[in-house]
Amino acid sequence: MAEDGLNSFMTGPDEAGRFGIFGGRFVSETLMPLILDLEERYEYAKTDPSFWAEMDDLWKHYVGRPSPLYFAPRLTAHLGGAKVYMKRDELNHTGAHKINNVLGQIILARRMGKTRIIAETGAGQHGVATATVCAKFGLKCVVYMGAHDVERQAPNVFRMKLLGAEVIPVTSGRGTLKDAMNDALRDWVTNVRDTFYCIGTVAGPHPYPAMVRDFQSIIGKEVRWQLAEQEGEGRLPDTVVAAIGGGSNAMGLFFPFLDDPSVNIIGVEAGGKGVDDRMQHCASLTGGRPGVLHGNRTYLLQDGDGQILEGFSISAGLDYPGIGPEHSWLHDIGRASYVSITDAEALEAFQLCGKLEGIIPALEPSHALAHVMKIAPALPKDHIIVMNMCGRGDKDIFTVAKHLGVQMAV
Amino acid sequence: MTRIDDTFARLRASGKKAFVSYIMAGDPDVPRALSVMKGLPGAGVDIIELGLPFTDPMADGPTIQAAGQRALEGGMTVDQTLQMVRDFRAGDAVTPIVLMGYYNPIYSRGVDRFIADALAAGIDGLIVVDLPPEEDAELCIPAQKAGLNFIRLATPTTDAKRLPKVLQNTSGFVYYVSVTGITGAAAAQADEVGPEVARIKRSTDLPVIVGFGINTPEAAETIAGVADGCVVGSAIVKEIATGKPVEEVLAFVATLAAGAHRA
Repeated sequence: MAEDGLNSFMTGPDEAGRFGIFGGRFVSETLMPLILDLEERYEYAKTDPSFWAEMDDLWKHYVGRPSPLYFAPRLTAHLGGAKVYMKRDELNHTGAHKINNVLGQIILARRMGKTRIIAETGAGQHGVATATVCAKFGLKCVVYMGAHDVERQAPNVFRMKLLGAEVIPVTSGRGTLKDAMNDALRDWVTNVRDTFYCIGTVAGPHPYPAMVRDFQSIIGKEVRWQLAEQEGEGRLPDTVVAAIGGGSNAMGLFFPFLDDPSVNIIGVEAGGKGVDDRMQHCASLTGGRPGVLHGNRTYLLQDGDGQILEGFSISAGLDYPGIGPEHSWLHDIGRASYVSITDAEALEAFQLCGKLEGIIPALEPSHALAHVMKIAPALPKDHIIVMNMCGRGDKDIFTVAKHLGVQMAV
Repeated sequence: MTRIDDTFARLRASGKKAFVSYIMAGDPDVPRALSVMKGLPGAGVDIIELGLPFTDPMADGPTIQAAGQRALEGGMTVDQTLQMVRDFRAGDAVTPIVLMGYYNPIYSRGVDRFIADALAAGIDGLIVVDLPPEEDAELCIPAQKAGLNFIRLATPTTDAKRLPKVLQNTSGFVYYVSVTGITGAAAAQADEVGPEVARIKRSTDLPVIVGFGINTPEAAETIAGVADGCVVGSAIVKEIATGKPVEEVLAFVATLAAGAHRA
């Protein structure tokens, strides 16, 4: 049962797509009829058993769900406090949680008769997932990626091309994820008839934040029964922790626990070189303020005049100046707390996890893990933390090597 | 009655179509943008659309994106944009000014403060690309109450079912976007635009002005011919970007205005 006079934290968004003051539909008129149509089609699909039957079948046989919930014994012993569990979404096909959502959106796109899929990508994980599912269904796929990211994520660019996608390097603005999203929106507004925009995170105009959350919620739903299986009927996690760029893996883990007041919910933003006024970070909640961008109102990194600032993080996947609107709401009402972890702390967690558990995490969940390392030692031994291992680190080894001063032949 | 309403009444009385031109505030710098702006009415411009620079102009093509970036790199702010309007108004009390941009710089300033400042500076109307009718409570309704026109975009995707919603809280004029796409991209086609404008005019008494994809005097004439006027933006911004003297930019604007006024 929720507090604050609300019956539930799980009923949002309202009809206008709002979570409190956040969310909404801040798009140009050309796109309005499209997102209203999408909302209608999604509302129908949501209650259509055949839609979920198709999802379940692909989740099981194509993605490899359920992903394991793994108790990390050596990490737990090393930290000397709380029991640490990892939700192993890095074991999904394509190596991250992104495909959970992509499958849902593409099945919906097919039902809507759309033949061309566009997506934006930062680190390339969402782009790879989208290219993968498009290849599987024989759909045309165009991925917008900041020119700067194309350069630093070359392996993922090649993967997308192998999967038959067209990758368009974005040079407008500063050539990063937010500019890729701008260009994807420009494409959509131009190709309204046949194109479906597959957004990779819990942001954008309504219904995207709710829809992507619903698709990612499989993560938290699985954690619920998997933990009960391992720790006894009715046992819930005491703390859940996830990294946040836009926040889709985090919403997926958090959402099924919002109405369980005993569950402490912590989102971890990318603190880059440290959250201060130099803005060398991507911590929208701890270092930003509410504004409107990419179709929704949410916390944004911006200057005093409402101009959007570039984020900074070692992790390309967290390098976005905004955050999903539902997180902004959970932050403001206090149902979840949000902290930040620096590049240096994430790098340390990245290395420790490999050595202690034989798991090389992506840099994104390394942020979540770094926070677990901070809080676990002081917590009692019967306290259970579940962190979301939302991606594997193969894509990041070059970045990490560079930061550790290791030369690698490419 | 705003300056926009007055202007359309005057144009109607003389049987003329409206020519609307767009420039970006502070592009490439404030003095140059201001001297172009001051010259626009003399070049035949009936209504000035002034772009408010934003880092993430999602509905604009490369030309206007670059203009906004030039302005921001030159240090352009909302304050300086309002100052530009005041400086223009010191010498011109008649030509309507429509501020066109995106919501975040306005929201960041605070809606009430922005509306008061815009009115005090001499702005007559607003076009805010990312505020559809669904978000009217944000800015549209308070702005109209305060006496600013709120000009809405209607597009080829605005079907018959949706049109009344789009027209409901629109004032000044209706801006019909000729193509699905971004500014400065595909060319507007009169044979497609004409029936659409007629469709909108059956539902409203407001003038319907067509923009997007108009870049020559001939296109201005053809498109204005099937509507109440037309807007040219990217083609003018491109001229400014070449670094040409202000007089040459204005001479180009004059050919466009003459085209629209021939219609």
